[in-house]
Amino acid sequence: MQTFFSIGVDALAYGMILFVISIGLSVTMGLMRVINLAHGAFAMIGGYIASYAARDLGLGYGLAIVIAVLGTIIIAVPLERFLYRRIYGAPELTQVLMTIGITFCIIGLANYVFGPTLKTIPLPAGLQGPVDIGFRTIAAHKLFAIGCGVVVALGLWYLIERTSFGVKLRASVDNTAMAAALGVRTKIVYAASFALAVGLAAFGGVIGAELLPVEPYYALRYMVTFLVVVSVGGAGSISGALIACLLLGAVDTTGRYLVPEYGEFFFYLAVIAIVWVFPRGLMGRAK
Amino acid sequence: MKKLILAVAASILMSAGAYAEVIKIGVVGPFSGPFAIQGKNFKAGIDAYIATHGDKIGENTIEILYRDVPQADPAQSKALAQELVVKEGVQYLAGFYFTPDAMAVTPLLKQANVPMVIMNAATSAIVTKSPLVVRTSFTTWQTSAPMAKIARERGVEKAITVVSDYGPGVDAENAFKTTFEKEGGKVVESIRMPLSTNDFSPVMQRVRNSGAQAVFAFLPSGPTTLGFVKAYNENGLKQAGIQFLAPGDLTQESDLPAIGDAGLGILTTFHYSLAHNSPENKAFVAAAQKAIGNPAELSFPAVSAYDGMYVISKMIEATGGKQDAQKAVDAVKGLTWESPRGPVSIDPDTRHITQNIYLREVSKGADGVYFNKEIKTFEKQPDPGLAAAK
Repeated sequence: MQTFFSIGVDALAYGMILFVISIGLSVTMGLMRVINLAHGAFAMIGGYIASYAARDLGLGYGLAIVIAVLGTIIIAVPLERFLYRRIYGAPELTQVLMTIGITFCIIGLANYVFGPTLKTIPLPAGLQGPVDIGFRTIAAHKLFAIGCGVVVALGLWYLIERTSFGVKLRASVDNTAMAAALGVRTKIVYAASFALAVGLAAFGGVIGAELLPVEPYYALRYMVTFLVVVSVGGAGSISGALIACLLLGAVDTTGRYLVPEYGEFFFYLAVIAIVWVFPRGLMGRAK
Repeated sequence: MKKLILAVAASILMSAGAYAEVIKIGVVGPFSGPFAIQGKNFKAGIDAYIATHGDKIGENTIEILYRDVPQADPAQSKALAQELVVKEGVQYLAGFYFTPDAMAVTPLLKQANVPMVIMNAATSAIVTKSPLVVRTSFTTWQTSAPMAKIARERGVEKAITVVSDYGPGVDAENAFKTTFEKEGGKVVESIRMPLSTNDFSPVMQRVRNSGAQAVFAFLPSGPTTLGFVKAYNENGLKQAGIQFLAPGDLTQESDLPAIGDAGLGILTTFHYSLAHNSPENKAFVAAAQKAIGNPAELSFPAVSAYDGMYVISKMIEATGGKQDAQKAVDAVKGLTWESPRGPVSIDPDTRHITQNIYLREVSKGADGVYFNKEIKTFEKQPDPGLAAAK
């Protein structure tokens, strides 16, 4: 029984961190229909900025998160204006080629500017060290990450389903011409949702840095996992991404706990099974 | 760009040494990509050697040609080695970070009449693949086996091994298990983790439940190490008094700042610590830090590269600059010298380096810099891996 709870807590923490990083990708892929392979690169930029702010400038953790999110958005906005705007609605291969190119450029720049060594983001005292939760101990920052995941999920759901911005976004995506004819400024809506997606990537990059340390190859190393989460959950679905993260986190953690020799066998087996039964992902919308 | 610089440098060198012969040395290693820092260390060690000894050996001038294999890629490694031998006419091949890359090149050596000096690849068997291979780095067996003795000395009865599931990880597991059980201990469980593991928390829970007094771990240096050490602390294994043991790959100097205080007290066994206290090492570290640019990036492959250059210089001296691979290798068999890491020699039978293995503890200096403090020495350790394989 204790093993069961133990696995459950680890799975929840891992799943939530995956969720915070991947949900931005779900927004770009599902709502904006852009296959953004540079998503991991934006998460990495967020991590680098936070590391620089917290470690080299000595700012607080909370402030570092804010600077990282804003800084990454500031870097991403010109990219949206000059590069991404050209590939909205373009064939998938064009999108993949351009975004993977952007990824390699960012990797090269990060390697040049920050060097190949690992960068850490110092945690405040309150998030350091283990917390006793009765039957075992868990890292405090993992509890923090779980909390962040819940807040992000609720906030996004409210934004997309309950606000006028959400209505405009969904309208622009479903029929750009009609939305524009009705007076929705689709370019601004697209730019804002791109900024939102990038900001979420940066936030996830900072929160998840304890598990996925920031280094130049971060941008590619974890990209497959993020893509898997989005395709299993169904692109564009918040609840789908959340369920996918928790499910895959549980499968992966249980597998690694009980039979580590099998490697990622069970993780990908689950992915194959889910995609086989739900070709559009768990909560994917029909086209 | 790199090639252009090399070409310019090469032409300058050639015009400078118009009368003496230019001896080319081809170095294959990861100079870009995720392992670029290790390639940088090769280059720093070689540059440090040339800075302190000059680029002349007798009448001859040496010239280094670098070739990049970003990740373990035997086919590319072989192709580049061939290009170096055929097109560039190199007389020596050196470098090789990954075992498969070195293995792929060994069949070429005899026909090419070129000795190979391995500056990292740490699987025992490579030296048996060709009589023209000399290694100045270490083997995973060599650095892991003494740790089992330390564990027994410290009264550990039951240990658990946790390694990444790939060649060197399995080597480390076997080395520790064999030695530990020979010394009368018991390995209660052996866990092999996939290389791509990010969350080590489940593994740590298993270690805790296994009832072992110590965990012996091996992971490749780099990002995963950080997560592993953190998971060890955060899951309360440190508080529970479970001793953390590993070969020094886990606490390489360039990773220590990122691991930070979480790493303090970790015991590792390894052939080289940047903090080794000797005049040779101080001179080497000063030169290598200058060569690498950012002192925080200096790590263990640099010393193997530095010593590799020393071995090559002895080979060139012995052959007078003429290409004779067998004579060159024979000349360094039994060679003994004082390396920055301590006294070393080339074993005449295995052509692998015999060296001291040090027990080190991660410590923090008065200046806030983390380092591997040497606390015990195992003198003149050969490679136990070859004997075990027989």
